[in-house]
Amino acid sequence: MKHFADLINALESTNKTNAKIDAIIDYLERAPDEDKVWFIALFTGKRPKRNVNTNYMKEWALEITGLPFWLFQESYSSVGDLGETISLILPAPTQKIDRSLTEWMTDILHLKQKTDAEKKEFVLSSWDGLDYTERLIFNKLLGGSFRIGVSDKTLINALTKFSGQESSALMHSLMGKWQPEDASFRELISAENINPDNSKPYPFCLAYPLEKDLHDLGSPDEWLVEYKWDGIRGQIIRRNDEVFIWSRGEELVTPQFPEIEEAVKAMKGNFVIDGEILAVSNGKVLNFNELQKRLNRKTLTKKMQSEIPVEVFAYDLLELENNDLREKPISARRAMLEELLLNQAPGNITLSQTVDFGEWKNLNLIREGSRDINSEGLMLKHKDSPYHSGRKKGDWWKWKINPLTIDAVLIYAQKGSGRRSAYYTDYTFAVKNGESLVTIAKAYSGLTDKEIMEVSRFVNKNAIEKFGPVRTVKAELVFEIAFEGIGFSNRHKSGVALRFPRILRWRKDKTVNEIDDLEEIKKLIQ
Amino acid sequence: MKLITFTNKGIYCPRGKFYIDPWRPVDFAVITHGHADHARWGMKKYLCHHFTKPILHQRISPDIVCQSVEYGEAININGVKVSFHPAGHIIGSAQIRLEYKGYVSVISGDYKVQEDGLSTPFELVRCNEFVSESTFGLPIYNWLEVDDLNKRLQSWVLKNKENGKTSVFVGYSLGKAQRIMKAVEELGKIHVHYSIGKLNEAFETVGIDLPEYEIPDFRESVKHLLGEIVIVPPALLDSNVIKKIPEAATAICSGWMQVRGARRWRSADAGFPMSDHADWKGLLQAIKATEAEIVHVTHGQTEVFSKYLNEIGIKADVVETLYGNDDEEAEAEIPETQKEQP
Repeated sequence: MKHFADLINALESTNKTNAKIDAIIDYLERAPDEDKVWFIALFTGKRPKRNVNTNYMKEWALEITGLPFWLFQESYSSVGDLGETISLILPAPTQKIDRSLTEWMTDILHLKQKTDAEKKEFVLSSWDGLDYTERLIFNKLLGGSFRIGVSDKTLINALTKFSGQESSALMHSLMGKWQPEDASFRELISAENINPDNSKPYPFCLAYPLEKDLHDLGSPDEWLVEYKWDGIRGQIIRRNDEVFIWSRGEELVTPQFPEIEEAVKAMKGNFVIDGEILAVSNGKVLNFNELQKRLNRKTLTKKMQSEIPVEVFAYDLLELENNDLREKPISARRAMLEELLLNQAPGNITLSQTVDFGEWKNLNLIREGSRDINSEGLMLKHKDSPYHSGRKKGDWWKWKINPLTIDAVLIYAQKGSGRRSAYYTDYTFAVKNGESLVTIAKAYSGLTDKEIMEVSRFVNKNAIEKFGPVRTVKAELVFEIAFEGIGFSNRHKSGVALRFPRILRWRKDKTVNEIDDLEEIKKLIQ
Repeated sequence: MKLITFTNKGIYCPRGKFYIDPWRPVDFAVITHGHADHARWGMKKYLCHHFTKPILHQRISPDIVCQSVEYGEAININGVKVSFHPAGHIIGSAQIRLEYKGYVSVISGDYKVQEDGLSTPFELVRCNEFVSESTFGLPIYNWLEVDDLNKRLQSWVLKNKENGKTSVFVGYSLGKAQRIMKAVEELGKIHVHYSIGKLNEAFETVGIDLPEYEIPDFRESVKHLLGEIVIVPPALLDSNVIKKIPEAATAICSGWMQVRGARRWRSADAGFPMSDHADWKGLLQAIKATEAEIVHVTHGQTEVFSKYLNEIGIKADVVETLYGNDDEEAEAEIPETQKEQP
């Protein structure tokens, strides 16, 4: 497993994408082909099912070390990863086991038929034969998530560089149905079992935030205005009876939306649609939070599909019957899109509505109303605009609603996980409620690394409770919290729920006396 | 009367009328070692080990009144027998042993049981009362053997040389920097930042033998450092000084690097868990061996560690101090953008 351990080490010790790609290429040059297949499988989420319960692993580690459970929990909350915590508290190995990745994976797959006692013996002897890094990897191989900061995209880029194969073909090939036990590296890379032309996406056309006065855009007649939706921007491709859904991050997400795949499959013809995948129930677009619940799951249950139905709001048509339409003006493309959907639109693929506004002066009011329908503002597209590759100024503008903001004080802090496990990164904020404080929001992002370190230092010095992962801190640090919406909620102690709260900035200029009052905040609710 | 008490100025010996590592100005301060959270300015009189004296002169002022002693040499202060014993933390670091009418208190400052090949090895001192740190008082912190760790540093340097990179180590200027120098001394020319050079010179004045080094002037071009070894203090991480070094690969040397999350957090190319503090096993081994009836835990993982000590039958309590805000113990070290040489 040495090559693989070296790779993990190299990937972890850099946050530069190019260095990660180099490390992967270095691994591909040295590792045997069968190991490479396992490497790709592990890094693309094709993991075998967990055969050893994590609670048992924890139990065995406590048995070996004789440590009390609470101390294990303290350690875990400091490390932020169970497999790593176990690998660190175990005593140093007394033997040396040297086997390839494939050999390890084969043994781990075979655990399925083993008894608990046999599993225990296998795990304990493996722990005793591996050093810290290898032990950690072993624990991860046993079935935990293998999150290592390498996106599918980075992996594909490395494989592209290594093999010379086109990236969309590789993505298509790797997304296919193959089993690491019997796939061959050469077949995967050569993409010989697929027709890569069917899946090839176009680069997305992106918009800049509106930076000028509406009147400077010219006549309102020249512009097509749509709502801006907050979902998964995607390209839906139907070619030669195959269907592919690409996300804007250029990842194939087809398996995540089986109902859309099915609906598009049932349509006729060949086309490429640019649209937004949204959770929609009874004609109403749901919060992004709802959509998020069903993203990136290993298995998508029927229940989830019926609870959170998805639809595509179609924006644009990029290709029809193998003709690239991107140079045509959007007015023409949109007409063709309308025709395509008019003839055979399934219920869950609908045309994105355009906004009739007449004069520019009416548009701001419409934009402000977009919050009510869970839209995040407006998109302005010049009617003559082609479908650009990437971001180009002038033809497309996004005009988002301004976030709402409040000033609140930090009262609880918790350490993050993974890369952030050494620092307090997860915060809970409170506002005034008469003479006392009441929690109003949790927020995770928005601060720089440097600020997070500074807050962590404050938390370390001002923690009131010192056990467990959460620290109660002196109410002193004031932050400006931005959010997209606010509503009454009886699930929250404050009686209000904020939508997408995030830290806008640290208000070092303000004291806890200057934070907002709950009664005032309630007035924001329309 | 208790032999030591904990006051808002520091650890106090009322019978001897002196403080140990006080954080406010007092008349008489006994100092365990030269790190800034233990040796502060403003004391009328300092007492420390011979090797710590030049550090205090360097860090605080050449004008301070400072007496120094040898390890094991007993002196009498107002009837209290005071002696210094190696703490193994950094060069000159000492545990302070106080004895009065057969009762012994030991204030260990910061300590490390592992021999680092540079500091005088930790000496076990039996006592009735032991004051201990707990910087790494969680069972996840168990250090590699020094030889194994040094080999890792060495192979990293060799790999960098192969790839035409400059090896830039980030480590505290007092203690860690000298250990890094020792670990890589055979592998090439060593360049240290001015602030490290100053402390090296202080050590050299008391006859400590360090590997050869040079002090580059970072205000000038530093192109000649290419492919060699450079050591800088943590304050320079992410600074322009590091950015100036050609083809720099940076490695942070700190006990916190034991945990993956901490390694990934910092924008360094490598992290080596090199620490001058006792690891989990070291803390327990030292504390058990002192046979102390009571252990006072001063800084680090105080709550968790003292709770565990009590569970395994060693009476322990937590004492609030201002230690642990310097060197490796400051978990959330804020990098300063740039510190220029004077």
